[in-house]
Amino acid sequence: MVEKGTGRELVVPGDLLGTADLKPGMGAFAEDGKVYAALLGIKNERSGYINIVPLSGRYIPRPGDSVIGMVTDRGPSHWLLEINSPYPAPLHVNEVPWRVDYGDTAKYMDIGDVLLLKVLSVDETMRVVLTMKEHDLRKLTGGQIVEISHSKVPRVIGRKGSMISLIKEFTRCRMFVGQNGRIWIDGDIDDIHNAISVIKRIEEEAQVIGLTESVRSMLEEMYRPSPVE
Amino acid sequence: MAVQVVSELTRNHIHKLAADGKRVDGRGPDEYRPLKIEKGFVGSAEGSARIHLGKTEVLVGIKMDFGEPYADSPNKGVLITAAELIPMASPDFEAGPPREKAIELARVVDRGIRETKTVDLEKLCVEPGEKVWLLFMDMHILDYDGNLFDACSYGVLGGLSNTIVPASRLEAEDYPLEIQHQPLSVTAVKIGNAIFLDPSLQEEQVADARLTVATDENGDVRAMQKGLNGSFTFDEIKEIVDRARKAGHELRKQIVG
Amino acid sequence: MEPEVKLLDENKRRLDGRAVDELRPIKIEAGVLNRADGSAYLEWGGNKVLAAVYGPREAHPRHRQDPARALVQCRYNMAAFSVSDRKRPGPDRRSVEISKVVSEALGHVVFKEQFPRTSVDVFIEVLQAEAGTRCAGLTAAAVAMADAGIPMRDLVVSCAAGKADGTLLLDLGKEEDNLGEADLPVAIVPRTGEIVLLQMDGHLTPEELEKSLKSAIDACHKIYEIQKDALRRRYAVTAEHEDTPPPPEAPKPEEVEAPEPVVPETQEGE
Repeated sequence: MVEKGTGRELVVPGDLLGTADLKPGMGAFAEDGKVYAALLGIKNERSGYINIVPLSGRYIPRPGDSVIGMVTDRGPSHWLLEINSPYPAPLHVNEVPWRVDYGDTAKYMDIGDVLLLKVLSVDETMRVVLTMKEHDLRKLTGGQIVEISHSKVPRVIGRKGSMISLIKEFTRCRMFVGQNGRIWIDGDIDDIHNAISVIKRIEEEAQVIGLTESVRSMLEEMYRPSPVE
Repeated sequence: MAVQVVSELTRNHIHKLAADGKRVDGRGPDEYRPLKIEKGFVGSAEGSARIHLGKTEVLVGIKMDFGEPYADSPNKGVLITAAELIPMASPDFEAGPPREKAIELARVVDRGIRETKTVDLEKLCVEPGEKVWLLFMDMHILDYDGNLFDACSYGVLGGLSNTIVPASRLEAEDYPLEIQHQPLSVTAVKIGNAIFLDPSLQEEQVADARLTVATDENGDVRAMQKGLNGSFTFDEIKEIVDRARKAGHELRKQIVG
Repeated sequence: MEPEVKLLDENKRRLDGRAVDELRPIKIEAGVLNRADGSAYLEWGGNKVLAAVYGPREAHPRHRQDPARALVQCRYNMAAFSVSDRKRPGPDRRSVEISKVVSEALGHVVFKEQFPRTSVDVFIEVLQAEAGTRCAGLTAAAVAMADAGIPMRDLVVSCAAGKADGTLLLDLGKEEDNLGEADLPVAIVPRTGEIVLLQMDGHLTPEELEKSLKSAIDACHKIYEIQKDALRRRYAVTAEHEDTPPPPEAPKPEEVEAPEPVVPETQEGE
């Protein structure tokens, strides 16, 4: 189904994407010299590869990803993090910026805490190792978390961060977007709410043309100076 | 699957808002989420109603069949209520026989209907001591975003109000089931010192205490259930009952119409 | 003897007016539930079926985890009020068997090795049953899986053929199913023609079997178009207005603030 005027194609699993001259990229696969879609998404050709940009699906961790996780359990030398993926991930005491004695994990972080983390490694069986050792990683206090589909994260960030800068500029909130679809927002309560509404709008209308402009007018409407009485 | 852990951030955020009388989704304290009711959705049932309460969705089917009366009420039909928290509705629901949450839900909804005598069970007697109508009220939870007590209560009342008694099985004519009363539940939660009606899932997860109040069309109280570990004061109970009567009055118009 | 019910009239029209090779009307809608990762609602004649997919998610219990691939686990369930005589809630032998064969059929197309140690959980709820609920459920489940973003080699689609009143019929209705001579539910992978579910009961000659199988497979290809249409409709509204694609590689996350010094509260007093 080629959408009018755009040449962009919405595909479903099993759709034929092309023949041998193209290589299957993300969300595509080859069979008998042909390339097919493995996912529901938007077809995207780039440097000889056909990729499918997904419209849904769970977040699968990759090394280097920045994620927001929640502590769901702890042991004497690690915390177990829920990172919005099929794979719970441990954070070992060696991967935090302090020296934690054996059995002392609860003194530092406990169940229900929300942390900013980085995926250090992922092995073949999808065992995930997290780290909090890089200098901007930390436990988050205050603010609120909003969750969106991880496939919409690039839209919330925008080209070279344009979208997120726009939201920050108006709401004066501090924000952090995890690649696992979790966004942390802190600021004045009303500003947090405005930021959340804007992000929800972006998630709903992720594919709409001129999204940045409609987000700008939404924000301008929210922050229009109230008329003098 | 493990019980969902709520992050400290979310808990603090909801409490902070509640301290100002505000809610995460911007609703007023007594404001219900949009309620949509679709009656007669299930053709294979004698009566049915599909309820959307915000993002919570339940389907209630009413079935009727013959059976034996209880020995202590030989001239009365039998009311049977069951709820299924199927794993489709939430990642936290597991397959298997109903556990305490589903059983409590079914019993609380059942009480509202039973205590008001919504259905005159004596009229469901076919042959005293031998043969009576069994009236099954099955609640199927499809999508869980909080406040199942109320969604199911509205579904059961909606379902009963379009039930056709299959009397043709007795070589009589089918007729609509008579509804004598209109009990409706209204559920409140306490978060800090704030009290909100129609809790969302997130609000339920951080709430200290919950109170469900079923009132009839006269505003009289017909069933109640307090839940969760926290407590209410005497004055809070009075306040919730008062607010439940008002909210119930408005909701009743939408459900029985 | 009971009076014989005529399932076909002199013009070979069926009780509901269908021709012998005609499907009941089918309607599919994708993405109807909020909590599930993917979902679909399907009406097929008098069947009303919901399918929901969760996953891939951590497989429970843990000892069931496969270190090399995902499990695809389906649970087929009939609501108590979905049939004329109320069904006791919970699984019975029939629903356990259906769950098993549907799991196997759906599992065939999933790229399971991409998600070791997880499970893709598929829930089929029959809300109103006529005949052919397993075909309806499986067809809906495949749409729900695609909606959930599960990587698959293709959709799976199912339809039954059979025989009643001595005549081969496509997509048996309620009376035809109850009184008929044979029922043959089939599921295929339409792109490759692979048959991934096949059950049969009744009495067919080898020639009748071949004809019925072919007719069910032909019908599957028609239903496949309805499945794909449901998935496209779910996103068409937004895709039509699309301008620029999101970058194919996930960009770096947005660092926003200068980080605060990372000192846990408990350490401060020490």
